[in-house]
Amino acid sequence: MREELITSGRLNPNVDPYLEIWHWQIPLYLFLGGLAAGILFFASLYVILGKENEYRGAVRRAPIIVPFILAIGLGALFLDLRHKLFFWQLYTTIKLESPMSWGAWTLMAITPISIIWVAIHIQEYFPGWEWKNVILRDLNAFFLKNKVGLAWVTIVLSVILGIYTGILFSAFNARPLWNTSILGPLFLTSGLSAGAAAIILFAQSKKEKVVFAKIDIMLIVIELFLIIHMFMGFRASTQVQIDAADMFLGGAYTAPFWIFVVVLGMIVPAILELMELRHKKIPVYIPVVLVLFGSLMLRFIISYAGQMSRWLY
Amino acid sequence: MRYAMAVDTKKCVGCADCVVACQTENNVPIGYCRDWIVEVTDGTYPQLEIEIRSERCNHCDNSPCVRCCPTGASHYVEGGIVKVTPHECIGCGACITSCPYDARYGHPDGYVDKCTFCDHRIQDGLQPACVSVCPTKCMYFGDLDDANSEVSKVLKKRKFKTLIPQAGTKPQVYYLI
Repeated sequence: MREELITSGRLNPNVDPYLEIWHWQIPLYLFLGGLAAGILFFASLYVILGKENEYRGAVRRAPIIVPFILAIGLGALFLDLRHKLFFWQLYTTIKLESPMSWGAWTLMAITPISIIWVAIHIQEYFPGWEWKNVILRDLNAFFLKNKVGLAWVTIVLSVILGIYTGILFSAFNARPLWNTSILGPLFLTSGLSAGAAAIILFAQSKKEKVVFAKIDIMLIVIELFLIIHMFMGFRASTQVQIDAADMFLGGAYTAPFWIFVVVLGMIVPAILELMELRHKKIPVYIPVVLVLFGSLMLRFIISYAGQMSRWLY
Repeated sequence: MRYAMAVDTKKCVGCADCVVACQTENNVPIGYCRDWIVEVTDGTYPQLEIEIRSERCNHCDNSPCVRCCPTGASHYVEGGIVKVTPHECIGCGACITSCPYDARYGHPDGYVDKCTFCDHRIQDGLQPACVSVCPTKCMYFGDLDDANSEVSKVLKKRKFKTLIPQAGTKPQVYYLI
């Protein structure tokens, strides 16, 4: 049999025998960033649509967790850096061709906005709350008055944040599994789905719960559609992308991907939410936790598998 | 000015002198390397062919590592050499991930490190350390824009290939075949 055997004398740590430069921090951050983007997207959407009072859970209650999850995500990103004391170099330049630069600046903008969003709705959790400081009181009044404008800024930033979590990977043509433009929309949809699921926990009315369960089911269907398209694209592409897809179609990542991401993270919660809509009694947190788990596993598996996929020469 | 290197796969014996010279010259941390030897055995036993290559950063014309760097630490210097400025590098690993040749590594001090074509030696009119020590003289280095440079002359004479040209990186290390 004709064979080609490649032997390399290189054994650089974290690079050989296969790349292992990004560990748990990056997929965890990508999940939290997507979740934050999802929650802020729906919060600002219902302000823009003028339906704030009908969707109090989405607009006023759920965003309380966003600054915290962004802080944890940023902490994970910081832990990932190997030259930590120089992290501020990110903010000395804007590099339009670097997804990571986009991400750093988007986070710089969206983190304070998420804090403002929580601050102007703080009375939802503490009804008697009064801002003691005059400046804070004026700022509060200013943002409340211009809430629709704030919502427009937030919705644009949340979409950039959601898409960027995927583009961060897809911009690397060195890793064939990541090198597909489907990852941007897929991660955005997955983040929106996680956001919708989290909002269900904060929903204030039966109607709000039903609407977000329906939105979540729709997003899961779109995700499945995108996943099928991703693999169709790979299978019809070059050898390295066929090899990348094969990791999920019989290779090492087949079982974890299809069981944890597709079945447990998408199909089962979609069925549970459908049963709920049919008035079956399902504890609400079960589909929510499954969707969040699936979203997290999607990032972990794509992150680790992508680093194993490569060009051979 | 466009610096480039040519490696003669018919002459390279894989002795790894270039690897050791680089590690010594550039104070590469133990356990790491900026250049390395690859052996490709091809064919059906017993009719086998072997190709030996000394590989390193390709100092690509269209470098994904420069493109994806969020701080500008990865940059081009004169002659198209791709370099990293340690005090601008945050060690995010994006460039390591972006390189189809896996030519970069995370230095134990935190920043990302790679081959520099020994630009400190070039400035002194010397050859890169790997080229200057090669016992079979299988490596050629010089300016592609200068038709009389060693590398231009040998690329005119011989057939050559680059590594993964389909990745679109326009690599500037040529392998004579």
